[in-house]
Amino acid sequence: MTTLAYVVAYLGLVFFLIACVARFMMWSRMPMHMRWELYPVAHEGGGKAAYGGSYLEDTEWWKKKREVSLIGELKVMVPEILFLVALREHNKKLWTRSFPFHFGLYLVGGVTALMLVGGLIVGYLPESIAGPVGKIISSVVPFLGGAGLVLGIIGAVGLFMRRRGRELRDYTAPADLFNLIFFIAAFGVALVTFVGFDRDFSMVETFIVNLVTFNLAPIGDGTAGILLILSVVLLALLVAYIPTTHMSHFIGKYFAYHSIRWSDEPNLAGGKQEAEIQELLSRPVTWSAPHINADGKKSWLDVTLEDQSK
Amino acid sequence: MKQPNSVKDMGKNPGEPLAQINQFEQIPLPPPFDKIDEEPEFAQLSDAAREKYVVLDDTIAVNIEKPTTKEEEDKLVNGFLSGLEKLMSVDDNWTFLQPFEMSMEHCAKCHTCSDACPIYEESGENELYRPVYRSEILRRIYFKYIKKASPALHGDIDLNWETVARLIELSYRCNLCRRCAQTCPIGADNALLSREIRKIASMEMGIVPKELHDDGSVLQLQVGSSTGMTPMILKDNIEFIDEDTAERTGFPVETPFDKVGADILLIHNAGEIMAWPENPGAFATVFEAAGLSWTLSSDAIGYDGINYGVWYDDVQFARVAVRHAAIAKKLGVKKIVLGECGHAHKALTVIADKVLTGDLNIPRESSMVTLRDVIRSGVLKLDKSRNDFPVTLHDPCNLVRLMGIVAPQREIIDAVVPEGRFREMAPHGVENYCCGGGSGFAIMSGHNFQDWRHRMTGRRKFRQILDAFQDESMDPSHMKYLCAPCSNCKGQIRDIIAYYDAFEKAGIYYGGLVELIVNAMVDVQPGFIDWEWH
Repeated sequence: MTTLAYVVAYLGLVFFLIACVARFMMWSRMPMHMRWELYPVAHEGGGKAAYGGSYLEDTEWWKKKREVSLIGELKVMVPEILFLVALREHNKKLWTRSFPFHFGLYLVGGVTALMLVGGLIVGYLPESIAGPVGKIISSVVPFLGGAGLVLGIIGAVGLFMRRRGRELRDYTAPADLFNLIFFIAAFGVALVTFVGFDRDFSMVETFIVNLVTFNLAPIGDGTAGILLILSVVLLALLVAYIPTTHMSHFIGKYFAYHSIRWSDEPNLAGGKQEAEIQELLSRPVTWSAPHINADGKKSWLDVTLEDQSK
Repeated sequence: MKQPNSVKDMGKNPGEPLAQINQFEQIPLPPPFDKIDEEPEFAQLSDAAREKYVVLDDTIAVNIEKPTTKEEEDKLVNGFLSGLEKLMSVDDNWTFLQPFEMSMEHCAKCHTCSDACPIYEESGENELYRPVYRSEILRRIYFKYIKKASPALHGDIDLNWETVARLIELSYRCNLCRRCAQTCPIGADNALLSREIRKIASMEMGIVPKELHDDGSVLQLQVGSSTGMTPMILKDNIEFIDEDTAERTGFPVETPFDKVGADILLIHNAGEIMAWPENPGAFATVFEAAGLSWTLSSDAIGYDGINYGVWYDDVQFARVAVRHAAIAKKLGVKKIVLGECGHAHKALTVIADKVLTGDLNIPRESSMVTLRDVIRSGVLKLDKSRNDFPVTLHDPCNLVRLMGIVAPQREIIDAVVPEGRFREMAPHGVENYCCGGGSGFAIMSGHNFQDWRHRMTGRRKFRQILDAFQDESMDPSHMKYLCAPCSNCKGQIRDIIAYYDAFEKAGIYYGGLVELIVNAMVDVQPGFIDWEWH
């Protein structure tokens, strides 16, 4: 049975990575679009980001080097990712549910990553290094992991209740509820395993060390072993499932900000964007309304330049 | 208040309105307009209109005739699905493919955006006007009928002609101000989806409000301006404006036309020339006094900066934008300066950025910046005390939230208005509220649509204006200046002031920004702002 858990864990992680890369590639390969930025744009330099200003306020902006502040972006993105600042500002009620849910996920994800790193160290480095590092990791993992599971469950239950409430019920698909139930179930089983049988996370740490060292040895027995296997299988399936749903917004959001909301790079005469724009303008148009006058062969440029004065 | 119970109601009860507003249940305005039973009566839609056209709510914007045969019903449904499919195509929709897909895929339907929408709020939170209501219908159609996904994944909806026709009508209950998008924690943009629905209707089905298309972009492309103003009439009008302005200011101006090699091609919204001639007159006065090298164009389209395609049709948009750039190229100017028109700013500066290449890629600048630089240069002698009256500023969405031009207009006001006389609206800048005329509404007035926009889209702005002046006497003899540096916003603000009779009852007057500059110029006669209702 434990072998099944190892196999599912490998498959879950691999599928997650492949699906995330595919999503990332899908968004990044989309063609250039019309500018559709929304201010404030966090990377505007010269103090403009603070009030929502842009380089378009500058005299002869096209002759100047743009001030783009990476620090400015980080000052917005880091608190946004960690604390969901926009949600707190605009929808406090939802934030009280969504923040613990997301922060719980971060903790569980972070602890898993920590254990993976710890597993590599324990598995491949000498005891003189692996011992002390392993001890440090082992000392923080139960606290952070336990907190993450509890926060995640509280948040997921809160979100579930909210989706069932009068305001959101009509906008909720069965899949939205299933997603939250999936989280509650996977985190719930993991929490029961942690509280009942693995308070120091030793079983799960051993499992992860075995995972990264490709040692598929059985772990735990009786109820503890079954619960560990169930936890691993549910969490692995959940990890594989996330990027196939709209919960992949953790990838989409990067593009929503960097390719749309904050995408203010001008197309300067003779600049690098012109070739791509010309290629897009040469694409055929098939829109059917009579005033477009398209035939599937005419390009955007053709229909744009047609004489409309008659 | 009547409102839909579910997004599934969209295709039910044909001929019946899904939502109706009781004007007496709306939130009262600030004093002196706080007695809701003294407000103008909301004009009702005629029975004939309800009989002939698709009914959504209390008004009609698009005039979609009810189909009379099964073929006509199918044509509506199939045309919509065909257009929706094209929105997913790189060829047909490279222009907005990524923003469209992003908003389709990632909206969490959390309703965070609802409170940001002034229409939803002023309707008494009527479900029909919730930003996500219309986009959720689009999303369900998209996933169920185009992507063939199970309704269990994204929700279910029945598709019939009524759903399609009402959804198109509902896309014209949104100002495209994008306040909703600004609050979205994920980055979805439900306002964009309103625009994409409008695109399906226009570009695939040929369904558009007459004011935007036949009397708007088509007329502009045919005769030169959506006002119907031909080059010959333009020259007559400008000659008259020059003479009238010189008479008022004592400062002679002669607007240059088609001056090859000028530094600046100034493009006004032609509505200014027709409805607010003091605005182009003030521009000419400032530009001449500052010694700028500038010109207007008398080529068709070159004297009208409007571009209504920005609200409903990418091809119509590109046609006008390219024509503007081609005229600037012909004149050999160094830059195009956009007059006081928000959507013309955004259309030619930002959106057309990905259309204009090579020698059509001529720099575009906001007149807010040009005027700010004139003030900074110190070439104009200014006397702030000539503007010694309360002033507030309306921020056009296109300038602030959608372009980030926030500070220059405030720097100008600071230079021409005495200390303590200017007050901001709350909120302002990039968080402003739309005037209520955004996305074409300012020029749409069929049936009772004008009444609807006063009661629904413009009410929040009027509330803001009144709030901004609450520390002043509302006696009509105590004049207060609402500065609105955008032609469409001015049109909407003029209409809403007239609707509530706020000039006569509360002394609220409106005008542009450049007029405030001329009113403060020492080298012209005092009293350029005449406080006469136009």
